Amino acid sequence: MNDKIHLDKAHLHHLWRQMLRIRRFEAKCVELYQAQKIRGFLHLYDGEEAVAVGVAAALEPRDAVVATYREHGQALAHGVPMRPLMAEMLGKREGCCLGRGGSMHLFSREHRFYGGNAIVGGGLPLAAGIAMADQRLRPGTATACFFGEGAVAEGAFHETLNLAQLWKLPVLFVCENNLYAMGVPLAQSDAETDIWRKAAAYRMPAEQVDGMDPVQMEAAARRAVAHIRQGQGPFLLEARTYRFRAHSMFDTQAYRSRDEIENWRQIDPIERLRRWMLESHQITETQLQNIEAGVSSEIDDAVRFAEAGSPEPVENLGRFVLMDSVVQEQGGEAQA
Amino acid sequence: MSAMLRMTYREACRQAIRDALATDPRTFIMGEDVGHYGGCYAVTKGLLEEFGPERVIDTPLAENGFTGIGIGAALAGLRPIVEIMTCNFSLLALDQILNNAATLPHMTGGQFSVPLVIRMATGGGRQLAAQHSHSLEGWYAHIPGLKVLAPGTVEDARHMLSAALADPNPVLLFEHIVLYNAEGELDPDVKAVDIERARVRRKGRDVSLVTYGNGLPKCLAAADELAREGIEAEVVDLRVLRPLDMGTVLASVSRTRRVVLVDEGWKSGSLSAEVAARLAEDALYELDAPVRRVCSREVPVPYAQHLEEAALPSVDGIVTAVRSIVPPRS
Repeated sequence: MNDKIHLDKAHLHHLWRQMLRIRRFEAKCVELYQAQKIRGFLHLYDGEEAVAVGVAAALEPRDAVVATYREHGQALAHGVPMRPLMAEMLGKREGCCLGRGGSMHLFSREHRFYGGNAIVGGGLPLAAGIAMADQRLRPGTATACFFGEGAVAEGAFHETLNLAQLWKLPVLFVCENNLYAMGVPLAQSDAETDIWRKAAAYRMPAEQVDGMDPVQMEAAARRAVAHIRQGQGPFLLEARTYRFRAHSMFDTQAYRSRDEIENWRQIDPIERLRRWMLESHQITETQLQNIEAGVSSEIDDAVRFAEAGSPEPVENLGRFVLMDSVVQEQGGEAQA
Repeated sequence: MSAMLRMTYREACRQAIRDALATDPRTFIMGEDVGHYGGCYAVTKGLLEEFGPERVIDTPLAENGFTGIGIGAALAGLRPIVEIMTCNFSLLALDQILNNAATLPHMTGGQFSVPLVIRMATGGGRQLAAQHSHSLEGWYAHIPGLKVLAPGTVEDARHMLSAALADPNPVLLFEHIVLYNAEGELDPDVKAVDIERARVRRKGRDVSLVTYGNGLPKCLAAADELAREGIEAEVVDLRVLRPLDMGTVLASVSRTRRVVLVDEGWKSGSLSAEVAARLAEDALYELDAPVRRVCSREVPVPYAQHLEEAALPSVDGIVTAVRSIVPPRS
C-alpha cells in the first residue's frame, strides 16, 4: 500500500500519455460524429482528463470504478482497451456492450468498470453496493465513484454518502466539479458551492483538489485510497475542473463566456504538464513526439477495428433481457 | 406422506427468509425496520437475533439508496434480499429498479447479471389508506428485465423466495398485507415451487376466474358460492405476473369458454388489461361471452372501512360478474 507518488520520468510520461489518449480519442469521436458514424448523445471529457488519469494512477486492477455518461476518459484511464470502446461508439457487436450501450454506457466486467450511467446520481448507490460486496468478498479493495457536481443536488448523493459513512464502505467518491450542470452554473443550483464541505454533514473526510493537475489528483487519491484500504470508510474528493467544449453536441453554450473558457484553457492539464516536463527536463521533444505517434497509431488501429466491425444481428435484440445464469465476478466469490 | 402443517402466510415468509440466510452466506436481508423492530408486518421477527447485524441489516429511510446498494451488491457477487416496507414506498426506488436493475444486463451486452430479490408488501384491506394500500405490481410487470411474483398461498410464500434467489435476474416479490394473517396448509414433502407457471387452484367447467395474490381467496370464496347455484368456476392463480404464463390461462379458458379477471390494481392500464388483450389476440373465438373484469375502483384507496370495501374487489362483485356471463343453472 503506497500513499505517496513516485514521480519519476516514466510515471510522468505515463500520466501525460494517458491524458493525451483521452483527448485524441475524443477528437476522433467528434470527427466520426460529424461524419454521422457516431450518433446519439456525445459528452466530451475535454479539459477534465487529469481527474480520471490522476485517480486511476492511485488505483489497482482489483478496484472497481463507477462513472457517469461522460465516461470515455474514465474507461480509457481505467484500462479498457480502445478497440472495443471505439466499436461501441460505432454501435458494433465488437463493442464492449455489443452496441447496446453506446457513448453513455461503456462497461467492462474484466476491468471492473461498471459504466457508464446516464441517470445523474444513479451510479452512487451502485458504487456503495459494489463496495459492500467487496468489503465481504474482496477485503482491501476500493470502489471509485465519479459524478458531476450536478449530481450533488440529487437525493441519491445524500442517501449514499450517509449510508457509506454509516457502514464504513470502501468508496472513493470523486466529484468532477466542472461548474455547470448542463447549462446551470453551480451557484444557481447549490446553496453550498464548496462541494467538499457537504461531506462534513456525514462526518466523511473530504478534500478539494486542483482537477487540472494529474499529479495533485493522484496525490490526493492516494491519500484517500490509503484511508479507505485501512478500513476507515469512504472519502470524498472534489476535483475542481472545467470542460472546454459544450455539454454535448447540441449546446450553443449561451450560459458562459468565451473569456471564461479561454482562461481555463490557460491551465489545460495536458499543455501544462507538457510545458512543465520540458522546462524541468523530465522529457525531450523527441520523447513527446514518440508518445504522440504511439497514441495516433493506437487510435487509427481502433477506428479501423471499429469500422471493420459488424452489426449485432437483429435476432439477438432480445438476448440478455433476462439472463440464463449469474455472471460471476472474477476473484473472491464467497464459498456457499 | 407426512402430515400437513398449518401455518400463517407470515410464518411461511419468515421461514423462507430464515432458510435463505441459513443456506447461503452471500445472502442478507436489508430494509427499514427489518432488524430490531422485526419488520413492519413482523415478517422478519427474530432473524436479527438469529443471524446478527451483518445478515439482517436495518437501513435508514432511503429507499433509492439502499435498493441501489442491493443492486450493486448483487452485481459484485452477493445475493441480497431487499425489503421495501410497502410498494407505495418503492416508487422512491423506481429509478434504481428500472434504470439499473432491469436495464444493466441487456445494456451491458450480458456482462452483468443482477441476482437480487426485492420483497414488498402490497394491496389494501387493512384500513391503511391511500399511501399504504395500493397494488403496483401491475406497473412492475410492465418492465422487461424484471420477474414479478405474487404468492397467493402459504406454499408459494414458503417456497417462491428460494427460487427467486436462485434466479439470475432481479425478482420482485409482492406479499399481500391481508394474507399475512391467513392460515393455510403446507405439505412438508414439497421442498420447492417453480416460478414460471400459473396454477389451477380449483377445477371447474363453466367459467375461469383468473387472479393472483389476495384475489385468490376471494375467487375461491366466490367459486364456493357459485357452486351452490350449480355454476362450477375454475380458479387460475397467475402467481407469476412477469413473464406471464398465458398457456395455462388459455388452456383453462378454452375449456370453460368464459372468463372473469380479478385484479386488485386499477382497471385502466392494469395487468388484467394485459391478460384481456392477450385473450383477445389469441382466444377470441374460444370465448362464448365477453371478458369481464373485477378490479379496484379508480380512486385512491380510502381509510373508512365501508369506503375501502367498496373500492376493492369483493366476493360479491366476482359472483355478480360471473352471473352476468354464465347462464343460470337449475
